[in-house]
Amino acid sequence: MSWSQRSLPAWAEILLVPLINVALAFLVVGIIVRLIGIDPFHALGRLVVGAVGSPESIGYTLYYATNFVFTGLAVALAFHAGLFNIGGEGQAYIGGLGCGVAILAFDKYLPGWLMVPLAITAAALFGAAWAAVPGWLQAWRGSHIVITTIMFNFVASALMVYLLVNVLIAPGSMTPQSREFGPSGQLPALSGSALNLSIVLALGCCVAVWLFLWHTRWGYALRAMGHNPQAALYAGTDLKRMTMLAMCLSGALAGFVGVNELMGVHHRIVLDFPAGYGFAGIAVALMGRNHPVGVALAALLFGALQQGGAELSFDEPAITREMVVVIQGLVILFSGALEHLPRPWIMHLLPRRG
Amino acid sequence: MDDSAAIVFLTAAATLRTATPLILCAMGGLFSERSGIVDVGLEGKMLIAAFFAAVAAATTGSAWWGLAAAIASAEFLALVHGFACITHRGNQVVSGVALNILAAGLTVVLGNAWFHQGGQTPALAAGQRLMPLLSPRAGDNVLVYVALASVPLTWWMISRTRFGLRLRAVGEMPLAVDAAGISVAWLRYRAVLLCGFFAGLAGAYLSIAQNAGFSRDMTAGQGFIALAAIIFGKWRPFPAFGACLIFGLFDAVAIRLQGVTLPGLGEVPVQLIQALPYLLTIFLLAGFIGRAVAPKAIGLPYEKEH
Repeated sequence: MSWSQRSLPAWAEILLVPLINVALAFLVVGIIVRLIGIDPFHALGRLVVGAVGSPESIGYTLYYATNFVFTGLAVALAFHAGLFNIGGEGQAYIGGLGCGVAILAFDKYLPGWLMVPLAITAAALFGAAWAAVPGWLQAWRGSHIVITTIMFNFVASALMVYLLVNVLIAPGSMTPQSREFGPSGQLPALSGSALNLSIVLALGCCVAVWLFLWHTRWGYALRAMGHNPQAALYAGTDLKRMTMLAMCLSGALAGFVGVNELMGVHHRIVLDFPAGYGFAGIAVALMGRNHPVGVALAALLFGALQQGGAELSFDEPAITREMVVVIQGLVILFSGALEHLPRPWIMHLLPRRG
Repeated sequence: MDDSAAIVFLTAAATLRTATPLILCAMGGLFSERSGIVDVGLEGKMLIAAFFAAVAAATTGSAWWGLAAAIASAEFLALVHGFACITHRGNQVVSGVALNILAAGLTVVLGNAWFHQGGQTPALAAGQRLMPLLSPRAGDNVLVYVALASVPLTWWMISRTRFGLRLRAVGEMPLAVDAAGISVAWLRYRAVLLCGFFAGLAGAYLSIAQNAGFSRDMTAGQGFIALAAIIFGKWRPFPAFGACLIFGLFDAVAIRLQGVTLPGLGEVPVQLIQALPYLLTIFLLAGFIGRAVAPKAIGLPYEKEH
């Protein structure tokens, strides 16, 4: 693996390989759309119009992108520490629980400028706590983080169903959801869409993750651990504590999906609001090469696909919104598992250097 | 039959019914994992197999074509997994996750495009399904017996044949296998294909035996429960089979216990019972109940020295 990576020039490594990977994914998507019986270029045109054709659709694109930024950053940050956090889904769910419970408890007493930071903090703490347990199990008990985070997704889902059906359900309500948040627990919308102030939080997270990873000692130690745990250990890094730190930060980032979804849009705790964003974060992080700028751009693309895909499914009933899920899967496959696929081709095409 | 005997019989039958796809999936996963290839993608394979089984059964009118389509589609995903993880030495977990997401999306997209029922496939008539052989109440279709037979078969293949010996060796120390002049890649491909075969049977069971058609996300985490059963059984066929039965029993009991107050415990939340397989696996992995030791080379791509 290392020999084939070394021999490509940096520009090919940073730009060409990822672009070819994503292009391959979209090529397969095009073939699937063709098989369904729709002209892929026609579909693409409708999708672009649906994603950015009006201020409202741009708003929705940015709103979806906000979720993808949170989960994408969560996966990317854990990747830098050499950890594969598949638990974004559960962490987002529990983060939303924290956010919602804080609001349900205090929205009658606190003004918005106190309530909002408190709820955001609660989302981060709950998300972090849900990620901390698998982190602790990996660091101290040796259980593999991939398996435990998967299991924690299911446990989170069962827990939330139980809480919403039995505990948090609004009195007199038939649907398992909490009462509506008071005005101080609702984030102001930014346009005629679901876009809300959470996007500012998302941008802030991008900057903060970048500063943390590349401009702090902890961030350096975290990346060192991801690169070479032995070397990091030798350099004096406490690997166990660093694992905990990485997982807590990752879980907190995923937990912010709850802020965007519950405080920004639903204004109550509802079932299944993470809706696959946690898994999509893997695609976002892989496509964005685990860099905050890349994650933000990939999140924008996936946001546009989500919104454009929804509009497209109105025009073309044969294409459902789940096409976006197919794209996510293919991006993870080609940008992640098959990332080395195009290397030999590029090696053949590039002129050899002494 | 008196009442308690009937309850025992029905609970046992229900347990076996819910355990069947878990057993098939777990036996498939065992081959893959023992060869050193992590399979997080059991869920996706089972889902796509369930979908194509229902599609083929509905269009051809034959459950056997459904079974064939299920195996073929699961094998296709297995080959993609092998191509990514064995040939291109990609990250096995990433590949598995990708296939799960791909299957979740593709089944709905294709189902909607072909049948216009929001991702569902048409309801299957009795002749298009695998029907119970002896007792309709027990629901003992042919795949239940296949699942029961698959356990000793898997055990025999893994621990009593030359193929199994090499398979275990390649999961523990691929270098030694390579040095003995045996192809690591070909061994692992065979393991992955066996995994696809069993996952295909499990998927077919869901859509053309247990139910009469495919509905979106119908696997509902059973692939992951099968994975949990493999870990719970410490990567050995009979203990994994036992874990599948226990997890199947949880599921059968969860439905029965809905709203029932137990003496001394009060009302047990159904969600707790549903989460038990996952919780138990977490406890096991953490070393609180025994120790689960994975094959040594699991998850590591094998690279020949150059």
